Amino acid sequence: MKKEISFILNGNEVSLSVSSDEKLLEVLRNTLGITSPKYSCGKGECGACTVLLDGKTVRSCIMLAVEADKSEIVTLEGFQKNGLTNIQKVFLKHNAFQCGFCAPGFILSTDELLRENPEPNEEEIREALAGNLCRCTGYKNIIEAVEEMVKIRKEGAEQ
Amino acid sequence: MINFEYRKPTSLEEAQNLRAEYGFASHFLMGGTDLTVEIDQGLLSPEMLIDLKGIDALKIIREESDEIVIGAGVTFSELIKSSLIQLAFPSLHESSKLVASVGVRNVATLSGNICHAVPSADGAAPLLIRDAELTVSSTAGSHSVSIHDFFQGPRKTVLSENELITEIRIKKNKAKFGEHYLKLGRYRGEDLAQVGVAVSVDEKFQYKIAYAAVSPVPMRIPEAEEVLQGQRPNQPEIEKAIEIIKRRVSPIDDIRASKEYRLYMCGVMFEKVLHAALQRMHDAQSGKKS
Repeated sequence: MKKEISFILNGNEVSLSVSSDEKLLEVLRNTLGITSPKYSCGKGECGACTVLLDGKTVRSCIMLAVEADKSEIVTLEGFQKNGLTNIQKVFLKHNAFQCGFCAPGFILSTDELLRENPEPNEEEIREALAGNLCRCTGYKNIIEAVEEMVKIRKEGAEQ
Repeated sequence: MINFEYRKPTSLEEAQNLRAEYGFASHFLMGGTDLTVEIDQGLLSPEMLIDLKGIDALKIIREESDEIVIGAGVTFSELIKSSLIQLAFPSLHESSKLVASVGVRNVATLSGNICHAVPSADGAAPLLIRDAELTVSSTAGSHSVSIHDFFQGPRKTVLSENELITEIRIKKNKAKFGEHYLKLGRYRGEDLAQVGVAVSVDEKFQYKIAYAAVSPVPMRIPEAEEVLQGQRPNQPEIEKAIEIIKRRVSPIDDIRASKEYRLYMCGVMFEKVLHAALQRMHDAQSGKKS
């Protein structure tokens, strides 16, 4: 069954016809050419397909595209629309990506964490990112990058 | 994958009518974090998905004079952020934080979790120790079902073809109390419970003990509660309660853990959770914030 849906994708209004069984991830990748969210486990367990839906991270591989009707979606493409963000710069500095497959998910999850909790401790960082799996097991550098990001923001706020 | 129909009613009445029309050929959709995976795996093949996220009335946590009411559309992330839940229903606050990961908790709901009715449902044990009541609704009206009667078997609930849960209600504790929930998983982020335990205790040393993941349905262990009843527990009674718990549960062997390991951990975790609940009750009595 086809459904007409529309949503704001990275700041632009998008209207399209989707099949009711299509996943948001499939529509983003195959129909709209947005490739930062990745298909990996297909069960919402690994976080590679993470996108922001109305500001919150969701697993686009287990969300139907029709469920995203009238929502606002941000993927990494939109997140870095005005160039690399501070989170990305700090991740780069710490070499927090190896193959990079998990990176879009980690970056968006970090963004959500810092909006919700601007000064997370290490435990809170680990908990917030526990649903994102890095298949290269580069967690140490990722956690260090987020910790530095917290520090930078704190110093920025104090100035 | 099959090509089902999808509807998103904006009123409860509309949802009830759709359900009355399609019955078990339809499936309710809330967070969908279990549902879409099961459709993908071919375990479910609904003709119609009724998305309940368009019904705003279901998305509310409210406090009434003697009850806390959690709407069926309230997500685990919303439960975690609720200061009401944190203060008045700490075991649910804790169990919600242990559900999968942030990206799942942002959409998954407590109602969906218990309606899915897997033995390891994270929301179940806290609801059992608080004797939760579920408001069940259909075109014929609504009535209340106790959480104790709700689970009928793995993935089976008492809900009939035309019914849905609209809210979960918990009595507020008038006396000082302490409660705690603990889940045993292999790693954080995304794992089903191997054992889930919730314990509550009040000033009169009335205990409530519930387990998830170690029997076909999440369950209370009243015989173990009785052994402890009315007293500050000492080691012999705790050992006796653990004996009873191990006899009452019937864990399975699976990819996550062996039966023997689960049985052993039922006892280890019980002691941990019991002591944490007692500590919280003492803290509440002495006015300390836990």
